[in-house]
Amino acid sequence: MGQQVVIEPVSRIEGHGKISIILDDAGRVADARLHVTQYRGFEKFCEGRPFTEMPSLVERICGICPISHSLASVKACDEILGVQVPTTAMKLRRLLNCGEFIQSHSVSFFYLSSPDLLLGMDSDPAKRNILGVLEKHPALARDGIRLRQIGQRIIEWFAGKRIHPAWVVPGGVNAPLTADHRENMLALVPEAVDIIQRTLAVFKQSLENYREEIRTFANFPTYFMGLVDAQGNLDHVDGKLRFMDAKGNIVADQIDPARYQEYIGEAVEEYSYLKSPYYKPLGYPEGIYRVGPAARLNVCNGCGTPLADQEWAEFRSLERGPVLSSFYNHYARLIEILYSIETLDRLLQDPDILNTRTRAFAQPNYTAGIGVVEAPRGTLFHHYQVDDCGLMTWANMIVATGNNNLAMNRGVLQVAKRFIDGPKLTDAAVNRIQAVVRAFDPCLSCSTHVLGQQEFSIALIGPDGKVLDQA
Amino acid sequence: MTAADAFSRKKSNTEARSVRILTFKIDDRDVSAREDETILAVARQNNIYIPTLCHLDGLSERGACRLCIVEIKGSPKLVPACVTRGREGIEVITNSERIADYRRKILELIFTERNHVCSVCVSNGHCELQQLAVNLGMTHVHYDYLYPRLAIDASHERFSLDHDRCVLCLRCVRVCDEIEGAHTWDVMKRGINSRVITDLNQPWGSSSTCTGCGKCVQVCPTGALSEKGKSVAEMVKRRQFLPYLQLMRGVDRE
Ligand code: FES
Repeated sequence: MGQQVVIEPVSRIEGHGKISIILDDAGRVADARLHVTQYRGFEKFCEGRPFTEMPSLVERICGICPISHSLASVKACDEILGVQVPTTAMKLRRLLNCGEFIQSHSVSFFYLSSPDLLLGMDSDPAKRNILGVLEKHPALARDGIRLRQIGQRIIEWFAGKRIHPAWVVPGGVNAPLTADHRENMLALVPEAVDIIQRTLAVFKQSLENYREEIRTFANFPTYFMGLVDAQGNLDHVDGKLRFMDAKGNIVADQIDPARYQEYIGEAVEEYSYLKSPYYKPLGYPEGIYRVGPAARLNVCNGCGTPLADQEWAEFRSLERGPVLSSFYNHYARLIEILYSIETLDRLLQDPDILNTRTRAFAQPNYTAGIGVVEAPRGTLFHHYQVDDCGLMTWANMIVATGNNNLAMNRGVLQVAKRFIDGPKLTDAAVNRIQAVVRAFDPCLSCSTHVLGQQEFSIALIGPDGKVLDQA
Repeated sequence: MTAADAFSRKKSNTEARSVRILTFKIDDRDVSAREDETILAVARQNNIYIPTLCHLDGLSERGACRLCIVEIKGSPKLVPACVTRGREGIEVITNSERIADYRRKILELIFTERNHVCSVCVSNGHCELQQLAVNLGMTHVHYDYLYPRLAIDASHERFSLDHDRCVLCLRCVRVCDEIEGAHTWDVMKRGINSRVITDLNQPWGSSSTCTGCGKCVQVCPTGALSEKGKSVAEMVKRRQFLPYLQLMRGVDRE
């Protein structure tokens, strides 16, 4: 009998994170490390499975952005098939992605971050959650709940199942859009636009209160990476890679994602299962770069939709070069929600959108495929190799949280340096360390663990390796 | 007993000349049946539900899965309804606590033997095994999973075989032998190590007997045999052809 393979839940990306903060002899913060203790074996257990199973397999990596994983996956599969996906199918995939962004960004902003932002980082932890927000700012909380619901509705109408839809398939999508669903979705647009514009106004007013956080939340120069379309505008589903340096110079542009390995290296650190990707031309660890909402708005020339473009211009005027503080990810998320709603509206009006030719069929014609999309948290790479029969022989995935790994570590260090003084972890420090991690929004399970009180553990470690304090 | 024995026995059944008519009871209902009919067949004629997995109308019986077990009053033994014929005056019980319990256990054991990952399976939502779990109220698996390491045979141009989803019902073996007449499929090893194989355990794609008709794929109750290129939940099996082919085969023989 063959050997036993145990697929434990740890094979998925789960929300177990641990932070160590290391003090020097003088009791000052010397280093900080974010240990990701959960990412194990996913690439391994894909091996031997048919590539057509991948889009659904990878959806199990993450419960909050399964659609991004399946989109990256089907794009890799499209390449293995070697087909040209019908244009309607491309548009439908993009529409589905709009639903995902609306829903995922809403969760991040309203459910996970708004308690910190609206109630204050130092407010009572027992009340620092969406229910607390509901009490203090009922209109905004209700808006948030509604907006998330709208995103979920859209996904449901496309893909039937909210959490793990199997509607996107290699070669296209497996069912066209119905006229009914189009009407239903169009009807939601005005309400969604109102909500997001109200929220943006409230958020921009509150920015004043967060000067200290803005100054210290991973506010340092790094490179940025994101997908842009042929005009250099924001693109979540297709597009080519663009890299920007900390001063705002575009250092690499219109890079075919298939060449990602020429630009991105992956370093492995002992303390974490998460690899640390870096921008290859600069080397490791100098090649630190960031992805995600703020990075995307940094690298692009604009959003390409009228309302979001106005907001984008305002966002980019925050700083002279690229926006450096990761705190602004919250802001960028709201702008991207607006962009997604506008894109949704535009695509739904497209006369071609009800076309029933939505899938190209083929046998595997190539033995490798690379699919790249922008997930809510940042650029997501899926790279597959298959044998002649179409069975997986190798897979590599770079998830958004991975892309940000180096920056997250440095962000935690920056906050720790500012808020930790001596061998004690104060509440103020703990709250802000958690919040800086949350600004990167590593993934829902992570974020919720951070949100809960004790679950995301932070250890303060002396120069001799002794644990001085824990939270 | 080899598969071939089972088939020849079945053939002789249907060739019986003068048949007696029996009367007995199923779940307290009086039923009448030809003496060569199985309890399962009689139950179905009377709209009495007995779960089955290896049985498929149009193929010979195999009695492999044991999900169709029923009680006969006065006998301590449970008997598989698909391969047991009725007898004059017996009282058959198709659904007692005891039977339900055993059926669930059998089903759970089937689940533990291979890697049935419904959520990523091509047959998700169209799977007889999955449907049985629902019908029989299986909520948990109380046994340890074996997690065998099994390879997929995707060497055939149009079809693939995933042992992870195979329940060894042997419908593929029977349809290939009895209807298509190719006998490409067979079984190797025994017990828990049994595997369906093509020809002499060589890659399906290199089989010299396979006609590529795809009947095995259509009769397979799970995602073990599927058409290539199907994504998750897209594999819907078509079995409409079976009654016709069965009919033709019957005509042939007379
Ligand atoms: S159906 Fe009777 S034993 Fe399988």
